[in-house]
Amino acid sequence: MILLLLIIIPLVGGFFAWLYGRRSEAAPRWISLVSLLIEQALVIVLWFRHPASGIGPGAWFADLQWSWIPRLGISFHLAMDGLSLLMVGLTAFLGIMSVAISWTEIRERVGFFHLNLLFIIAGINGVFLAVDLFLFYFFWELMLVPMYFLISIWGHENRTYAAIKFFIFTQLSGLLMLLSILGIYFVHASNTGVYTFDYFSLLGTSMAPAVSFWLMMGFFIAFAVKLPAVPFHTWLPDAHTEAPTAGSVVLAGLLLKTGAYGLIRFLVPLFPEAARSLVPAAFVLGVIGILYGAVLAFAQRDLKRMVAYTSISHMGFVLLGVFAWNELALQGAVMQMLCHGVSTGALFMLVGALQERIHTRDMNVMGGMWERVPRMGAVVLFFALASLGLPGLGNFVAEFLVLLGSYKVSVVATSFAVAGLVFATVYSLWIVQRAFHGKKRKEWAISDLSLREMALMFFMIISLLWLALLFWRSLR
Amino acid sequence: MLELLWLIPCLPFAGFIVLAVAGKRIEPRAVAFVGVGSVAASAVISVIVAVDFMTAPPPGYAYTQTIWQWLDVAGFSPGVTFYLDALSTVMMLVVTIVGFLIHLYSSEFMEEDEGYSRFFAYMNLFVGSMLVLLLARNLLLFYLGWEGVGLCSYLLIGFWYKDPNNGYAARKAFVVTRVGDAAMAVGLFLLYNGLGTLQIQELMQRAHQSWSSGSLLPVAAAALLLGGAVGKSAQLPLQTWLPDAMAGPTPVSALIHAATMVTAGVYIIARTHVLFELAPPVLAAVAVIGALTLLLSGFSAITQKDIKRVLAYSTISQIGYMFLALGVGAWSAAIFHFMTHAFFKALLFLGAGVIIHGLHHEHDMFKMGGLRKQLPVTFWTFLIGSASLSAIPLVTAGFFSKDQIIWLAWSSGRGGTWLWAAGVAGALLTSIYTFRMVFITFFGEAHAQVSKRPGLRMIIPLVVLAFLSVTGGYIQLPAIMGNITVFSGFLHTALPPVRPLSGERMEWILEIIAVVISLGGVLVAWLFFLRTRGLATRLAETSPGMLLHRFWFSGWAFDWVYDLLFVRPFVWLARINRDDFMDLAYAGLAWYNRSLNRILSLTQNGRVRFYAMGIALGAIITVAIAVLR
Repeated sequence: MILLLLIIIPLVGGFFAWLYGRRSEAAPRWISLVSLLIEQALVIVLWFRHPASGIGPGAWFADLQWSWIPRLGISFHLAMDGLSLLMVGLTAFLGIMSVAISWTEIRERVGFFHLNLLFIIAGINGVFLAVDLFLFYFFWELMLVPMYFLISIWGHENRTYAAIKFFIFTQLSGLLMLLSILGIYFVHASNTGVYTFDYFSLLGTSMAPAVSFWLMMGFFIAFAVKLPAVPFHTWLPDAHTEAPTAGSVVLAGLLLKTGAYGLIRFLVPLFPEAARSLVPAAFVLGVIGILYGAVLAFAQRDLKRMVAYTSISHMGFVLLGVFAWNELALQGAVMQMLCHGVSTGALFMLVGALQERIHTRDMNVMGGMWERVPRMGAVVLFFALASLGLPGLGNFVAEFLVLLGSYKVSVVATSFAVAGLVFATVYSLWIVQRAFHGKKRKEWAISDLSLREMALMFFMIISLLWLALLFWRSLR
Repeated sequence: MLELLWLIPCLPFAGFIVLAVAGKRIEPRAVAFVGVGSVAASAVISVIVAVDFMTAPPPGYAYTQTIWQWLDVAGFSPGVTFYLDALSTVMMLVVTIVGFLIHLYSSEFMEEDEGYSRFFAYMNLFVGSMLVLLLARNLLLFYLGWEGVGLCSYLLIGFWYKDPNNGYAARKAFVVTRVGDAAMAVGLFLLYNGLGTLQIQELMQRAHQSWSSGSLLPVAAAALLLGGAVGKSAQLPLQTWLPDAMAGPTPVSALIHAATMVTAGVYIIARTHVLFELAPPVLAAVAVIGALTLLLSGFSAITQKDIKRVLAYSTISQIGYMFLALGVGAWSAAIFHFMTHAFFKALLFLGAGVIIHGLHHEHDMFKMGGLRKQLPVTFWTFLIGSASLSAIPLVTAGFFSKDQIIWLAWSSGRGGTWLWAAGVAGALLTSIYTFRMVFITFFGEAHAQVSKRPGLRMIIPLVVLAFLSVTGGYIQLPAIMGNITVFSGFLHTALPPVRPLSGERMEWILEIIAVVISLGGVLVAWLFFLRTRGLATRLAETSPGMLLHRFWFSGWAFDWVYDLLFVRPFVWLARINRDDFMDLAYAGLAWYNRSLNRILSLTQNGRVRFYAMGIALGAIITVAIAVLR
């Protein structure tokens, strides 16, 4: 039942936010915040109740199954293991952050904004909990529409283009996944005579290698677009840059993770043999993503676009970790999902806070702002360091584990990926230099981070340190 | 009392947290109290722990303390665990004591700086990270400290962030060392995959058991670790960042870029000496890298004008000596030189800091001159430091540590004539550039008036370090002069001794050569830079002289080559691909669809005649196809 609540709460919260949004501006914010806090509380309760669930997939401890369309073998089936729990926890956490960071930024159609934001969160939670492939696809699409509105209504200058691009990329790749879902559905039926979309029933479906390969590719493209992996990444910089801050946080922190989650939960278990044949290609794409994303990030002049490109680089490690096929790398990949969610989410929040103050994202007019806004500078520095993989912060642990595991598979690919750490240093320090150090290019009369913003950053910093240093200790 | 060990790194971290959170709100005196006090307390506890360790050694001459379990993934379970043996005891003592003296000095040096609390926050973070590096029992925790000190180095080089050049120097330092760190990371992956652990002692034992000497895996692993070491210790070919690192405040140069962090590479090689012994080619490479580096940077030091750059090149050169010692298997000699070098080089930097402080941030030695009367204490202590650096015989610590290395470069089984010759030639260069600096700065006519004289908090560290620069050597005397082996005897519980192959007569001969050489260098410096001042200038004005001078001055043009090979192509690639060529494919697809749409929508023009013609044409074509088939 608690699983259903995790999806219902944001839906209901979003509905009421919209309802009361007509009367007051503050009401939707408070309603959203409270509903997400309840959500977070539920996750924490689950966390303490199932401490041994671990980080990896497979140790199921909660299950909910209602029949939905029994004639087609579709059921409303949710289940939770350690992986889902962590992802749902991240969703609630970043959801709270998104609501709180939009407190002053969003002033138009506040109710509808929060409706969309909470519906996305409901959709994401559904994706992380669904173990019926049809239901999974349903939630996968459910995240998409409100996200489209979020970008196209509250976005920046080029929002329409970015929103449509985002929509087409995700929609088309989602269609391929739907085809694959139907494919495995029919293969399973012809094998056993049972028509079902249930994940656990479909596991271990035997099929001809060629069939298996093409069905897997449908999933792979859908997930690779979301992740994103090169060469399907070009929707990302536009969507992240044009979205409002909350949209960017949700995109980078959560939507990308659904792609990684899909790889771990569905692609590898459903098509183990076919996925194994994909390992070399996935390694190449992962390493290219790490290096290429870093070079692109370094080249940008738009601060937000730069942060967006770093995501491509970081998610390359996830691809590497999932396909390295061992415990070390897999746990590293999950860790990377969590840490990237927090660190990049924080950077987007900071960039948003900066844009709210100086109304530009162009790094050519920034510089020397540390003197003016030392707190902001220090926090940006902290997350830039996280991004470059400084040990002691979560991203390092994640990347180290991924590489430790991927080394077993390919020394060459791992060595190239390690070069990505050098590139990450180059672009991360460049962010700090361009925006906060060096000569002032303009005399900005702006205020430092407010108490609300500092409080948010405090939680982000603490959670990143906790992930890096104490996470494993809390498992025992 | 050994249980207090965890406090030693934790106190500076606590200082960092206090200063980072509350530094802006508390007054400067409180900042200094926290910043200096935390390191002072750490130093006191270090001494207590060290005394306890020496008087009542724990079983196996090593003490282990686990703070908490860090990771636990698929059998990979490194903890936050500290390991104290003779090697880490020595390093820990030097880092905390020299660190404390430099913090004390800084409390006056940085007094008027607006970033006072930020400075001490970074410095405390540095000391904490350095101690983690030294005390880590597993290589993952070691790597945490290793990167942590690199971070602090970056933060402190770029401390005066308003000048973009400082930012550039800071980023250069971080990125260049990170290149080495990346190699080291691959080394860790190799070691873990080959031997199944990252815990150093266990790792060394397993390497010894399962790898044969000279086989591929130990050679590759040692080479990759060496990659990290040359980055951090500014040795060939990654030495280019250190001279630029002088952009940081002078106490930073003293602490990080002379006494402690830059010797971390020496530490890790000594720490993993078992692995390096299994990789003879890499060990030989260590010696050659050390020998080449000490010569190259010695030449560069002679041509510098900036007093801090002389000292920077000198540091690179002296670490070259330590690498030379490691390369010939003289482990404890390398650590001995690390210790004496920490004393006299910190002293020299702090002395230079007094001058720079007093002359409104003037770095150019040729604008100083005649300072010995204006700054007498600084002059005398600086002279002691210089004598120690130049290995003036019998009265300085540097003499005993450096000559031990030169002697072992000859007589160790892994040594040889060429390595010895490089060491001796380096000694000549050392005394030339050192006394050139002394003569130009303190003698001759005064070009500038000192405006600020050092107070007690700056003088005390100078005097203490000068004392140590003289007496620090007496705990280890050569076999032919008293044969005191307190230092190496203590270290031999952690590092194996080296047995010289040549006899006492040879040692006498080589010792005398070394003495003559180092005194000769002083004489040369006196001739060229004090007695007839124009001599050096005239030599440098001849055309080969000019060429050489420019070449050496620029640090053998390494920066130029790296810029051409790595920096420019990277920036160029990034710039031309700013808009991501891959997006062109999608943009092309979109354009194609839109064009098709435009063409098709032209047919929807609302004119009935056009539609009728379309129907007619279509009918004709259909009929034609049907008929002609």
